[in-house]
Amino acid sequence: MYKIVRKEVFSQIIKLMDIEAPKVAKSCQAGQFIILRIDEEGERIPLTIADFDREKGTITIVFQEVGKTTEQLGAMEEGQFIQDFVGPLGEPSHIEKFGTVLVVGGGVGIAPVHPIAKALKEAGNHVVGIIGSRTKELLFWEDKMRAACTELHVTTDDGSYARKGFGTDVIKEIAETRGKENIALVIAIGPQPMMKACCNVTREYGLKTVVSLNALMVDGTGMCGCCRVSVDGQTKFVCVDGPEFDGHQVDWAELSKRGAYFREEEQRSKEKKHTCKCGCGGGK
Amino acid sequence: MTDTPKQKKQIVPNKAPMPAQDPAVRAKNFSEVATGYTRETAVAEAQRCLQCKKEPCRQGCPVEVDIPSFLKMAAEGDFAGAIAKIKEKNALPAVCGRVCPQENQCEKYCTLGKKHEPVGIGRVERFCADLELETGVKLPEVAPPTGIKVAVVGSGPAGLTCASDLAKLGYKVTVFEALHVAGGVLMYGIPEFRLPKAVVQAEVQNLKKLGVDIDVNSVVGKFSTVDELMEAGFDAVFIGTGAGLPYFMKIPGENLCGVYSANEFLTRTNLMKAYKFPDYDTPIKIGAKVAVLGGGNVAMDAARTALRLGAEESWIVYRRSDKELPARHEEVEHAHEEGVKFALLTSPTRINGDDSGVVKSMECLKYELGEPDASGRRSPVAIKGSEYIMEVDTVVVAIGQGPNPLVPRTTKGLEINKKGNIVASVETGATSKPGVYAGGDVVTGAATVIMAMGAGKIGARSIHEYLQSKKA
Ligand SMILES: Cc1cc2nc3c(=O)[nH]c(=O)nc-3n(C[C@H](O)[C@H](O)[C@H](O)COP(=O)(O)OP(=O)(O)OC[C@H]3O[C@@H](n4cnc5c(N)ncnc54)[C@H](O)[C@@H]3O)c2cc1C
Ligand SMILES: Cc1cc2nc3c(=O)[nH]c(=O)nc-3n(C[C@H](O)[C@H](O)[C@H](O)COP(=O)(O)OP(=O)(O)OC[C@H]3O[C@@H](n4cnc5c(N)ncnc54)[C@H](O)[C@@H]3O)c2cc1C
Ligand code: SF4
Ligand code: SF4
Ligand code: FES
Repeated sequence: MYKIVRKEVFSQIIKLMDIEAPKVAKSCQAGQFIILRIDEEGERIPLTIADFDREKGTITIVFQEVGKTTEQLGAMEEGQFIQDFVGPLGEPSHIEKFGTVLVVGGGVGIAPVHPIAKALKEAGNHVVGIIGSRTKELLFWEDKMRAACTELHVTTDDGSYARKGFGTDVIKEIAETRGKENIALVIAIGPQPMMKACCNVTREYGLKTVVSLNALMVDGTGMCGCCRVSVDGQTKFVCVDGPEFDGHQVDWAELSKRGAYFREEEQRSKEKKHTCKCGCGGGK
Repeated sequence: MTDTPKQKKQIVPNKAPMPAQDPAVRAKNFSEVATGYTRETAVAEAQRCLQCKKEPCRQGCPVEVDIPSFLKMAAEGDFAGAIAKIKEKNALPAVCGRVCPQENQCEKYCTLGKKHEPVGIGRVERFCADLELETGVKLPEVAPPTGIKVAVVGSGPAGLTCASDLAKLGYKVTVFEALHVAGGVLMYGIPEFRLPKAVVQAEVQNLKKLGVDIDVNSVVGKFSTVDELMEAGFDAVFIGTGAGLPYFMKIPGENLCGVYSANEFLTRTNLMKAYKFPDYDTPIKIGAKVAVLGGGNVAMDAARTALRLGAEESWIVYRRSDKELPARHEEVEHAHEEGVKFALLTSPTRINGDDSGVVKSMECLKYELGEPDASGRRSPVAIKGSEYIMEVDTVVVAIGQGPNPLVPRTTKGLEINKKGNIVASVETGATSKPGVYAGGDVVTGAATVIMAMGAGKIGARSIHEYLQSKKA
């Protein structure tokens, strides 16, 4: 059992938790993820490692409530336990001194880019952080990102905070004003449409772009093939070959179709919770 | 039967039939198909044994269970004695009694089988084991603690057997398992209706009672490498990580929605209990018509599972003819009885999808059998112009599995063959790396439960010798 030692509520749908998992905390690196299962009936869901504390033996996760499991998790409190928590999974981000790197985090994707930005800066890169969300209420970790990056740009889609617009606007601007040859790498993490949009922009400028794919997963160890995706015409398993890939090579249409396959069931699962008989009021 | 022992024993020609759920009923539920012998039938079946001096049956068993002795005890109603005898060699009798391919192993060599049906060795073995599980298991003796730590990677039959034998010798064993439960394929692959998960977990609990620690949620190669485990104080390591990497056909359309590997299909159903969705959260989606590609045990399990999940039609699509089906005869028969259909001498060349990327049909080619190939099987040859379209909603690819590369990739100095299997001695399980032993599917490629257990036993014996000689 894995204890929730701290919970922070960023907004109604975005929450942070520190989970006691010393084995994971000991060896994890930026870019890797964990899989958790809340209880006996639970589904295994992947979440990126947003931060870690090797001394305390804790892993930080930040998640957005989108369905049954994330809502159930969001309803849990400090001191409660999660049944299964396995990691670190996936390959770590490739960190070296590239030069100037644009690190783009969209929505809940701000969390996973944080450790990558930190590691890149430690490796001597000029890290340009670009974070954005739909609206002010959904923005988090501006302070942490400011500390992790060399410079930080913030956007909201609706202009309720900072600059109005999208991360892609900032990428364009920087590529135009500073010159594309002065940008070594772009890393973009967030919802699929956001990553795809970033890739469309960076393709124009010929900027190498790494994305972190959120395919559906079951085991996360290369055993089931549920997470397969076509990259450069070849089938890859996101959980062991990734989760990071060259965004210009990813078959986004396939990824998004595969991600939608269980939508009906996900809806049923979410509705079921509200009729549960245990008296918990739907939190389960 | 007469009372005079000298007189020749009257032969009962046929095996006592295994009671089973009616095919029409069972094809719709996940309860165990074969319901097991009663005490009376078990005694009667054991009495069929001729007690052959040469014990041919025993040579057919990969772990050499003392079959004549346990059958003799069972015939006398001494089931406690019988199970103790079995357990001298076989740590998981309730599992083996159910899933061993007995017709190719112990029962194949049974003298009775020459003219009649062989003794139902597996069935009696299963009865003895189930009875013990029901009435409480007597734990074997454990040697005094040696204070030496051994790590076992993977909790399939190879790892569990190795851990059990080492624990009995007084070693402090920790089993590291990637998934959230122990058991390997016994938990995630073989369906509930052939091997109830409660039976597997009962065996795992017994192992824990011997003092073995089982660390689930522990992916070796990720939280720690084999080398790091050894630095952390494990004096020897046994690798039994199985053959869990699913192969695909590499035909167009294989990444469409509704195309599952057999591993995903079975894992969702068995390990994650998708058949109880939405009481369990993990879903599985199944169309009206399912095609399972392949003809082995895994394919039969998938095809039978598909029916239970509500498919109207479940098809086995296999390149060769029914004679070449690699699955156990009994499994093929059960599949037929339950209504699984067979498209033999057929292989898909492409899978087609609709606008939302969901499977809707397969393009297939018809085959005929040509000359025997290296394996002695007649190889299939495509018939020109035989293309046709098979409408399907779900495709399960069950054409085999390879070893998971996670441990080989992260372990320094571990020799691997071309297929990615760990190279280990058949006699000792020793790998190219001192102190590291391996066995089971990760060495042999996909094989059987009892073979994996045999390898686990050998590994334990060698690790014991290695640690003794190191101490000396
Ligand atoms: C490697 C990896 C890292 C991830 N990291 C994070 C993270 O740090 N924070 C975070 O909030 N989410 C992350 N996700 C997504 C997260 O796993 C899903 O949101 C979660 O599984 C949804 O479960 P659910 O039961 O709440 O919703 P469901 O009812 O299962 O799904 C609701 C919606 O979410 C989509 N969805 C379901 N599973 C996934 C999935 N595995 N990936 C993407 N979308 C999915 C569905 O298509 C559906 O639209 C990550 C996914 C992957 C593969
Ligand atoms: C669907 C199906 C049906 C079958 N039916 C039969 C049958 O009827 N009769 C029969 O005799 N055989 C059958 N087999 C074959 C039999 O199950 C296998 O030969 C046997 O389980 C192999 O045992 P093993 O211990 O080598 O590996 P496995 O049972 O595969 O166990 C390996 C374990 O190691 C774990 N692991 C892998 N990598 C790591 C890692 N890096 N760190 C930690 N843990 C790890 C895995 O999660 C798994 O739990 C069947 C196989 C399948 C797939
Ligand atoms: S373990 Fe398997 S092969 Fe050996 S006697 Fe039992 S059923 Fe037969
Ligand atoms: S070969 Fe058959 S009859 Fe002979 S001892 Fe073995 S089980 Fe009994
Ligand atoms: S999630 Fe099963 S192989 Fe990647």
